[in-house]
Amino acid sequence: MSKLNFFLFGVYPYIALAICLIGAWARFDLAQYTWKTGSSQMLSNKGMRLASNLFHVGILFVLAGHFVGLLTPHAVYHHVISTENKQLLAMVSGGFFGLLCLIGLLMLIHRRLTNARVRASSSTSDILLLFVLLAQLLLGLGTIFASTAHMDGSVMVMLGHWAQQIVTLQPQAAAESIAPVGFIYKAHVALGVTLFVLFPFTRLVHVVSAPVWYLGRRYQIVRQKG
Amino acid sequence: MKIRSQVGMVLNLDKCIGCHTCSITCKNVWTSREGMEYAWFNNVETKPGIGYPKEWENQDKWKGGWVRNKDGSINPRIGGKFRVLANIFANPDLPTIDDYYEPFDFDYQNLHTAPLGQHQPVARPRSLISGKRMQKIEWGPNWEEILGTEFAKRRKDKNFDAVQADIYGEYENTFMMYLPRLCEHCLNPACAASCPSGAIYKREEDGIVLIDQEKCRGWRMCISGCPYKKIYYNWKSGKSEKCIFCYPRIEAGMPTVCAETCVGRIRYLGVLLYDADRIHEVATTPDEKDLYQKQLELFLDPHDPAVIKQALKDGVPMSVIEAAQKSPVYKMAVDWQLALPLHPEYRTLPMVWYVPPLSPIQNAAAAGKIGMDGVLPDVDSLRIPMRYLANLLTAGDEKPVRHALKRLLAMRAYKRAEQVEGKQDLAVLEEVGLSVAQVEDMYRYLAIANYEDRYVIPSAHREEAMSDAFGERSGCGFSFGSGCGGSSDANLFGAKKANRRDIIQTVQIWED
Repeated sequence: MSKLNFFLFGVYPYIALAICLIGAWARFDLAQYTWKTGSSQMLSNKGMRLASNLFHVGILFVLAGHFVGLLTPHAVYHHVISTENKQLLAMVSGGFFGLLCLIGLLMLIHRRLTNARVRASSSTSDILLLFVLLAQLLLGLGTIFASTAHMDGSVMVMLGHWAQQIVTLQPQAAAESIAPVGFIYKAHVALGVTLFVLFPFTRLVHVVSAPVWYLGRRYQIVRQKG
Repeated sequence: MKIRSQVGMVLNLDKCIGCHTCSITCKNVWTSREGMEYAWFNNVETKPGIGYPKEWENQDKWKGGWVRNKDGSINPRIGGKFRVLANIFANPDLPTIDDYYEPFDFDYQNLHTAPLGQHQPVARPRSLISGKRMQKIEWGPNWEEILGTEFAKRRKDKNFDAVQADIYGEYENTFMMYLPRLCEHCLNPACAASCPSGAIYKREEDGIVLIDQEKCRGWRMCISGCPYKKIYYNWKSGKSEKCIFCYPRIEAGMPTVCAETCVGRIRYLGVLLYDADRIHEVATTPDEKDLYQKQLELFLDPHDPAVIKQALKDGVPMSVIEAAQKSPVYKMAVDWQLALPLHPEYRTLPMVWYVPPLSPIQNAAAAGKIGMDGVLPDVDSLRIPMRYLANLLTAGDEKPVRHALKRLLAMRAYKRAEQVEGKQDLAVLEEVGLSVAQVEDMYRYLAIANYEDRYVIPSAHREEAMSDAFGERSGCGFSFGSGCGGSSDANLFGAKKANRRDIIQTVQIWED
């Protein structure tokens, strides 16, 4: 196992998680005014309903799929589904929602670059982030094609082991688990980990502000002086 | 009963001359920043017209305010909580910048730097949003000023509902009035109800509705929720902003900037005591025509000993109760019932009220004499149709509007008889149910309108709210985001400086 492999998949994830958590904490505490969706809908509404909904629905399903798929231990899910079928399910559902996300993302990139109003009000990070997400999405969709070569779920199991060993603090074992998988998977994982680094410094933070509490609260809020 | 106090406002449209001083002073103080140029916390519209943003009163289009369900409950017209969240990725009811107008500036420097030529150099417009040249300015914050644009466009004004409007497009029948608008600081704000983050709140002690700029996440549902379209999305900061009723001034006992600078003395500020426990009941009133009367019932008599006792128990300071007793808003809205709420049918229970304007007697010239209703001129022959004012102020019920206008006419007739003819005309007062003392008071407040009568604002007891006054020293006052901020241009989290222009530097730009 090379040193680079150990660094990227054994050490880097912890650095990334630390930056993500401490960075987000610092931003929430020190600069909450910057914590926002960064919506530009009011500058241009054209195609927004389709583009934004496709992108968001797609990426949220893909994200949820990754969490469930990677972090559910084999001992748990095999009661429900076999390894082969789980891979098939991941390929089909991931492919479908990934495609939705891709269509939405391409529309959003087109809008951000060509609409003069949106372009002028965009920060470098707004534009950069879309391209990082595009690269990550294309890599992810690429793994679906790579996976058709091995439908037994072996690679998926290795990736699952990596993720589970990372969260259970076994960096050495994690790096060993992921070592044999193909380049495209490794690139996808490395860029995925990088997204955690970017998280606290971009508009990505609005993901964790999903306002589910709205459903439970009263309509009116009254505050006393203070 | 739970008594709360609110600083409300009354605007006497009978005296508004449409000078826009209120809008300009407000803009200079609060919204002259990049990202907010298109936003006017206070604007003055010429009615009839579609207004700013376009057709803001058309709730079939914008879905603002509340809607009453069959079971008697109410929810924001944009939808219940699930629908609000389901639309969070792309709000289908969001006005875009073109519904307001694309803010612009002019390349004034070209006037100085243009080379010698055959033609006079011009300062051409440039967009403050894209920074690009604008070939033509299509719309502005006051495009319909004094009946600008053709009648066919202004005909879309929602207040023409149930009015045979087409004759008002004819030159002989045309009418107009000014409508200054600001946030209504509602008792039942629909913006607060539609905010997914819970960032919008009403202050208990003065009723001012504010957006917590730290907690706002930019989900932009409030913009649709507010039926008056008085919440603006700051496209630079990504946060919603609204009229703050100049709370730093109100807290200090000073009037808002728009009121202070009103040259026509049409604005009044004063405290109203209301029963907070009945807000829901009133807002869910079945017939929308009853909403005005029901809202009046919410306001409590500040002279009633029982009310004073309960108010003190609920934590309303004595200084506020005393201010409520001298409140010009209570007098005009409750005592004399001259002031009426703006579009009560939105069920938001607005707290900025309007005295309807008198207008020239329409039939006078035609008939050769003025139509009389008893001893007073017939208010139905006023040039502004009664139904139009009723649609604007009382959900279509003409009675309260007629009543208010008659009282205004009666006051004039009484004072004219007294000062010109030197006699006391009690007949006109009897007709509108006013006493001599009341009409003298009305004259003092409406015609003389002294500063200390117009603004009765108790200063807030900040000293009681502050647990640590020492900690407040050297504070940065009104600021954006992380307070006073550093001097560095770089920001780790991508914050853009609110006081710096990023799109175009100033007007100092010109084409090469």
